[in-house]
Amino acid sequence: MTNDNNENKDSKSNKDIDEFTGIETTGHDWDGIKELNNPAPRWWLWVFYVCVIWSVWYWVIYPAWPILSGNTKGTSGYTQFKELAASQSEIVARQQVYLDRFENGSLNEIMNDPELYAFAMAGGKSMFKDNCATCHGTGASGSEGYPNLNDDDWLWGGRISDIQQTISYGIRADNDDTRISQMPAFGKEGYLKSEEIEAVVDYVLSLSGSDITSTNEHGKTIFAQQCSACHGENAKGLQEFGAPNLTDKIWLYGGDREDIFNTVYNSRAGMMPAWKDRLDENTIKQLSIYLHQLGGGE
Amino acid sequence: MSLLDKHKKLERNSLLLLGMTVVVILIGGIVEIVPLFRMETIIEPVEGMRPYTPLELAGQNIYMRENCSVCHSQQIRPLRDEVVRYGHYSLAAESMYDHPFLWGSKRTGPDLARLGGKYSDAWHVAHMIEPRDLVPESVMPSYSFLMRNGAKLHNIDKHLKALRVVGVPYSDDMIANARIDANIQAIGDDVADTDGLAKRYGDKVNARDFDGQPNLVSEMDALIAYLQALGTFVDFESVKDVEGGAQ
Repeated sequence: MTNDNNENKDSKSNKDIDEFTGIETTGHDWDGIKELNNPAPRWWLWVFYVCVIWSVWYWVIYPAWPILSGNTKGTSGYTQFKELAASQSEIVARQQVYLDRFENGSLNEIMNDPELYAFAMAGGKSMFKDNCATCHGTGASGSEGYPNLNDDDWLWGGRISDIQQTISYGIRADNDDTRISQMPAFGKEGYLKSEEIEAVVDYVLSLSGSDITSTNEHGKTIFAQQCSACHGENAKGLQEFGAPNLTDKIWLYGGDREDIFNTVYNSRAGMMPAWKDRLDENTIKQLSIYLHQLGGGE
Repeated sequence: MSLLDKHKKLERNSLLLLGMTVVVILIGGIVEIVPLFRMETIIEPVEGMRPYTPLELAGQNIYMRENCSVCHSQQIRPLRDEVVRYGHYSLAAESMYDHPFLWGSKRTGPDLARLGGKYSDAWHVAHMIEPRDLVPESVMPSYSFLMRNGAKLHNIDKHLKALRVVGVPYSDDMIANARIDANIQAIGDDVADTDGLAKRYGDKVNARDFDGQPNLVSEMDALIAYLQALGTFVDFESVKDVEGGAQ
């Protein structure tokens, strides 16, 4: 390598050639240490050039540069919103096979059409997880204050149309058509004395066959006067008031003596939001059918 | 080559190099920042946006203090799955009164941008006290102490004032009544006269005893007031003409 380059400096082009490798150096000298000026690898350069060309193409096609009146829009007119609309219409197109029939079909028709029924169940199942499971539990088993949707005990009615109404307008929700009822706070508002409440609690407990079986005439009288208007003479509840059946051992706020005492004393008023503005009609219909199937609907 | 030779002058003169570096950064900065001075080109014209009420603002302060945005985002992206799950994608206008914005970047828990009205107050209270009572698989910590702490409202008017400096349109009337409005909102329209609050912030403001403790305006009241307001302001009928149209 050094044979034809004994001179480090090529005087004509003023190049500084490294004597061991024969490669040009950058000309910088740090205490005798020099840096080879190797060219960048060919493949790297090509990638670089392609990127430069691609970026110019991108500026033209897509929204890219900020300008005073907003930004350049690009010739393709691309926006994320349009992309979303396109991907949504793709799904709607795929569902179209069912959607028309589902939207216009009566509940009876849907229930008797295996295809539509499967469509409703699939949609209902996934929307339940998103929206309802937070309160009613992943398996719809409920928790204190949030009814179990697997049993056949329905507060406001278990027909599909009832369920649909409940989901759409909610219970004691911020909506003009919401389901509403209010049990009085018998103790707090002074309708009943504590002893009277205790008597009626005993009576209520005896209705569902708890170990308290002694006849409790006092409690029975109070129940007939104060409670039966909503819960019914036989305490089986009245769905038009959302008044629970008190004889079935299913308790929304706990079935201990103390829980029931608290319920009668302070009253309860669970609230379920109206979903009408959040979910579309088909989704609510799907959910209703799903829940109806889940809970031994009426 | 002559241009490169001129560059050598820069490299050998540190003050000149510094000066030219500043010039280059300024050009970059102007290109990026100047369009932002014209907010109307960035924020969609929508109807319904309002500044937070003082109680909601106190709640937002708690949201920031507890760093909720580490696990919860407040930004629904225009993607099909997110729109199905959370609702209409977020608009720039919806966070224009957030200082700082709380978009977040990580979702250990769900997005909260449209949480308002989705669950009942009682649910929020029970869930804050012990999340696993309601969602057994949750990893969210318990925030039961919010029930015991009184909300910090004694200087909430100053928060409004500070936000006005950075462009949130709080009026003198709003600032003067900030502490009253905060308390009235947590007492609720069953008991208190909320006309003034409604006049200043609109009829849609939730005024009620959020945490079920009528004798205390707690941090829970403030936080739930804030959560129940999230994503409920914009009238989406008015958004139909915004870029790309409504979903």
